[in-house]
Amino acid sequence: MVMSGVNMSNEITDSSEAAVGPDEGSSAAAVSASTDLVFRAQEVNVDYGAFRALTDVTIDIGLHEVVAFIGPSGCGKSTFLRCFNRMNDLIAGARVSGTVEYRGVDLYDPAVDPVEVRRRIGMVFQKANPFPKSIFDNVAFGPRLAGVGRSDLDDVVEQALRRAALWDEVKDRLKASAFGLSGGQQQRLCIARAIAVQPDVVLMDEPCSALDPIATSRIEELITELTVDYSIIIVTHNMQQAARISDRTAFFSVTTGDEGQRSGELVEVGATDMVFTNPTDPRTEAYISGQVG
Amino acid sequence: MSVITTPAQIAEQVARQVARDGRKDVSGTLFRSALALATLASVLSLGVLLVVMVVDGWSVLTGRLGQFLGSGFSQRSAADAGVFHGILGSLQIALLTAVFAIPVGVGTAVYLVEYSRGGWFARLVELNIRNLAGVPSIVYGLLGLAVFVKTLGAFTQGKTVIAGGMTLAAMVLPLIVIASIEALRAVPQQLREAAYGVGATQWEAVTRQVLPAALPAVLTGIVLALSRALGEAAPLILVGAATGFISFGDASLAESFTGPFTAVPVLIFNFARQPGADWSENAAAASVVILAVVLVVNGLALYLRQRFERRW
Repeated sequence: MVMSGVNMSNEITDSSEAAVGPDEGSSAAAVSASTDLVFRAQEVNVDYGAFRALTDVTIDIGLHEVVAFIGPSGCGKSTFLRCFNRMNDLIAGARVSGTVEYRGVDLYDPAVDPVEVRRRIGMVFQKANPFPKSIFDNVAFGPRLAGVGRSDLDDVVEQALRRAALWDEVKDRLKASAFGLSGGQQQRLCIARAIAVQPDVVLMDEPCSALDPIATSRIEELITELTVDYSIIIVTHNMQQAARISDRTAFFSVTTGDEGQRSGELVEVGATDMVFTNPTDPRTEAYISGQVG
Repeated sequence: MSVITTPAQIAEQVARQVARDGRKDVSGTLFRSALALATLASVLSLGVLLVVMVVDGWSVLTGRLGQFLGSGFSQRSAADAGVFHGILGSLQIALLTAVFAIPVGVGTAVYLVEYSRGGWFARLVELNIRNLAGVPSIVYGLLGLAVFVKTLGAFTQGKTVIAGGMTLAAMVLPLIVIASIEALRAVPQQLREAAYGVGATQWEAVTRQVLPAALPAVLTGIVLALSRALGEAAPLILVGAATGFISFGDASLAESFTGPFTAVPVLIFNFARQPGADWSENAAAASVVILAVVLVVNGLALYLRQRFERRW
């Protein structure tokens, strides 16, 4: 499981040297210093066959940062999220153009192994999707693939479950089916599964949309705790959630082109309190104040 | 039309409106009766078949069951004819059919669903396989005779159990492929995403998550396919199943795979065309035997299925 042909640590140094100077095309998306960048996406387009789902998105994601993607349905925010761990590869006919750099490495370089990318960039999905296996095996699946030995596995699983604030609830029934857990517990199990392989970033695609408010607030607390170690990008339909947990917010919208073709685009991105109190684009203001969407 | 105001008046009017008023849901009742009738007809025809078989074969099944199961075919008299070689041949053929058809069938389905990603070639192949499932078994018998007995004669040794097993494998292959395709398509995409999401390769995702999740349904398809193979006579007769007396001599079980063979359905066919009521009794008894064999094989597979489902 080695990222074939690419030396990650070297690339990190390279990017920090190369990126000194004025930032082009990311003025609104700037983070404090380019060395703290995890992702740099530039002019990303995503096409599904003849349909352009997303047009010209440019954004930087910083280290230990929570960035929320908000916007109406069909604006391409989930599609964009899936560009960061090459999940779009799994969809027949999906094509990503532009560059998505992860710590200076172009994720879509042919020399990059998408399997290793997904190990470093974890994902939590909209609907909790535990494996039809025991709680233990769910969390242990990733570490086992990564070659964690039998003797260390118990520790790794316990650590991940503790980080996901689930350990106390499941420690006595690790061998029980994951399907016996409640919806909120299942989603925390999926978070534990994602962080068990010690990723660098966690992508979350509407992780709370199927949960009740209590389960949601537990997950939100968890997200805030996880930022100590991880960068998190979260897609959400819940604007209060974006306001509560994110450092920066990116607003996506759907635009209709000259020939009536619809495509998603990034309208604006900025510090969350700025986006919510003083948005620069009228479309953002209309969406946030509930006039559209 | 007066204006209704008091609760009593409202209640009265509602009662009038919701009353059944003797109206009947005629088409609904008819439809329901037709469905019940259809169910009854299918159960009844199966039941009648079973009863007739058991009644006709009763004297054999009760009078000389041990000898019937334990001895070979006899030309001399119906009274000492048995189905031993048939059972042995049927089980051998079923085993070989499974060995040849399961890896190829499941492998084809995994390739079509998980790897080919719905290209035009995969769609063409799938369409053809679905059509092959409808090809009459006698055609597979001709295929077996031409390819497995003649062309591949060096491997199959001619008209042997191996040729029979390969012929029936070719026949049930489409059934196994189709059942496995459906089973794999029924595995939710989220399961694949979850596996890939923690850094599984396609091999790991398929072998550790997708296939195990699909396994119970795949097994069900395999059971149906093998049951079909166990009941076939026509293709086996074409590839040389003995319809008369056979002798293994002192051949071992391993050697019997390349010797003359027969199968229970072939024996039934043979019994049934002999003149005399005692031969029909043998045919009925043999039918009960093959039914029992199919049930045992299915039961075994169901047990396996249960085991796999409960594994976690």
